[in-house]
Amino acid sequence: MKKLINKIDDVVPEQLDGMAKAYPDIIKVHFNPDFVYRADAPVKGKVALISGGGSGHEPMHGGLVGMGMLHAACPGAVFTSPTPDQMHEAARMVNAGAGVLFLVKNYTGDVMNFEMAAELAAAEGIDVQNILIDDDVAVKDSLYTAGRRGVGTTVLAEKIVGAASEAGYSLKQMADLARKVNVNGRSMGMAITSCTVPAAGKPTFDLPDDEMEIGIGIHGEPGQKRMKMKTADEITEMMALSIIEDPPYSRTVREWDKDKAEWVDVELTDPPFKAGDQVIAFVNSMGGTPVSELFTVYRKLADICDKKGLKIVRNLIGPYITSLEMQGMSITLLKVDDEMLKFWDAPVKTPGLRWGV
Amino acid sequence: MSISRDDLVNWVKNSVEILHENSEYLTELDAAIGDGDHGINMDRGFKAVLAKLPDFEDKDIGTILKTVGMTLLSTVGGAGGPLYGTFYMRAGMAVAGKMELSLEDWTAALDEAVKGVVMRGKAELGDKTMVDALKPAVDALYKCIDEKKPLEESLQISADAAKKGMVDTIPLVARKGRASYLGERSAGHQDPGATSSYLLLKTAADTWHNG
Repeated sequence: MKKLINKIDDVVPEQLDGMAKAYPDIIKVHFNPDFVYRADAPVKGKVALISGGGSGHEPMHGGLVGMGMLHAACPGAVFTSPTPDQMHEAARMVNAGAGVLFLVKNYTGDVMNFEMAAELAAAEGIDVQNILIDDDVAVKDSLYTAGRRGVGTTVLAEKIVGAASEAGYSLKQMADLARKVNVNGRSMGMAITSCTVPAAGKPTFDLPDDEMEIGIGIHGEPGQKRMKMKTADEITEMMALSIIEDPPYSRTVREWDKDKAEWVDVELTDPPFKAGDQVIAFVNSMGGTPVSELFTVYRKLADICDKKGLKIVRNLIGPYITSLEMQGMSITLLKVDDEMLKFWDAPVKTPGLRWGV
Repeated sequence: MSISRDDLVNWVKNSVEILHENSEYLTELDAAIGDGDHGINMDRGFKAVLAKLPDFEDKDIGTILKTVGMTLLSTVGGAGGPLYGTFYMRAGMAVAGKMELSLEDWTAALDEAVKGVVMRGKAELGDKTMVDALKPAVDALYKCIDEKKPLEESLQISADAAKKGMVDTIPLVARKGRASYLGERSAGHQDPGATSSYLLLKTAADTWHNG
C-alpha cells in the first residue's frame, strides 16, 4: 500500500484538520465527536441540513458543507458509518431552533446510527426528520435485501435541499423536497480497479486487468456482474440504459414522525423516466478516473439521452462521491421540475462545490 | 441462586477477553459475506467499555448495562454499534435499579434486549442475523422457567440454544445488512453477528457457572 498518510489511526482526523485549515472562512471542524460544520452556524431562522457517512468519498460529505448546501457533516472511519454521538452533537451545534433534517444514505449501519441520533435529538426537544437516499439501480430487490444503496443522488439532494434551507423552507417542506429528489434520481456505478482502505492495507477486491465490475457500490461492494472490459461508449450505453429503462421501484422506508414521536413506515415508488423529462446528468469519478475520461462518457450519455427524449438541462461532471483511489465512474440522472431546478441554480459556497457567489 | 452485581461485572470483563480472542475469527466470518470489520469493531468497543468500567462498576446492574450500551454505541460503529448498543441499553432498562438478578430478571432483560435489536434492525428469525442466535436463547430461558430449572442449568441450555441458532445460520440466505446484497452467495457461511451474540451468551453461562 502506497498512500499519502502518516499513522493509520490519524488518517481521518488529519484530513479533517487539513480541511479546516484550508477553508477557515467556510467550515470549522469539531473533534471528539468528529464533525464538520458551517463556520457561520447556527444560521438564524434556517432549518439545518446534516449528512454523513464513512470517510473515503470526498468531497462528499465534509467538502459539501457551506452556504447553500450542508450545515454539518459527520465522517466515520474510512467506509464505516459514523456513530450517533457525532450526529447528535452536530445537530446541537447547528440547530438554530428551526429543526434539523438528516439526509442518510441507505446502508444498514448509516441508517441505524442516524436513527439512534434522531431519537437522541428528539428526546432533547430538537425537531428532527430523516430522509433516506436509495438510488442505486444495480440493486433490484428491496424485499430480500437491505434495499438500494444511496449513491450519486445524495450529492444532488444535498445541493437542492441545502438551497431550500437558505430560501427559508420549513423542516417539513425540506423533508418533502428531499423525498421528491430521492424518488426522481437513479444511479449506477462501475469500477475498473479496486481501492485500498488504509486500515486494511490491501485492495478491497481483486479485479483482473482485462475485466470490470458493473453496478459496483461506493465501498467496493460487489456489483451486478463482472465482465470483460469494453469501450467507453459501450459501458456508458449499458449503464445509461439500465438507469433510463429502470422499472418503477417500490420500497418501505422508516421515517421519524415528530408529532407522534415514533418511527413510521412510508411507502415510496420511483416514477419511470419518460420522453420529454428534464434531467440533471451527473457523471462522477470514483476517484482514480481522470476528469478527461468523464467527458468521453458524458459525450455518449448526452447522445443516449437525446435519443430517449430526455432533455439534459444541467450537468455535473467530476469527482464528487468517490471511493478512495478506485478507477471507475458512476452516472446519475435526476428528473427535475422547476422547484428542483431553481434550487440547483441557487448560489452555493462549499470547499467542493461553488457557484453564484 | 442469583446473579450478583459482581457476577455481572465479571461477565462484562470476560466478554472483553473473549471478543479480543475471537476478533480475527469474527472478522474472517464478516469478510466472507460482509465488509470484514466485525471483529475489529467489537474488540474496539469492548476495550472502550473496559477502560470506562471503573467509573460505573459500583452502580446498580441496570445502570451498568445501560452504560455499557452507551459506550458501545459511540465506539463500535457500523451496524454492530447501534445493535449491541440497543441490546445492552434495553437490557439495562428492564432491570433498572436492581443489585442482583434472578433467572426471571435475566430472562426479562434478555427478552427486552432482543426486542430492541429486532426493532432497530428490522430483522426476523431466519434473516441470517444475530437474532437467529438470540431469539432461541430467550425462548429456551422461558421454557426453563416453566420447567423450574435452576439458574446455572438454564444459562447453559440458553447458550446451547444460541449455539444451535448460530450454526443454523450457515445454510441461510441473508436478507438484512450488507450480506443481503450477495443473495444466494451468502449461503454456506456462518453469520458473524450471530456468532458474536453466541459468544456473549456462552461467556455469561461460563462466568456464572458457580454463581
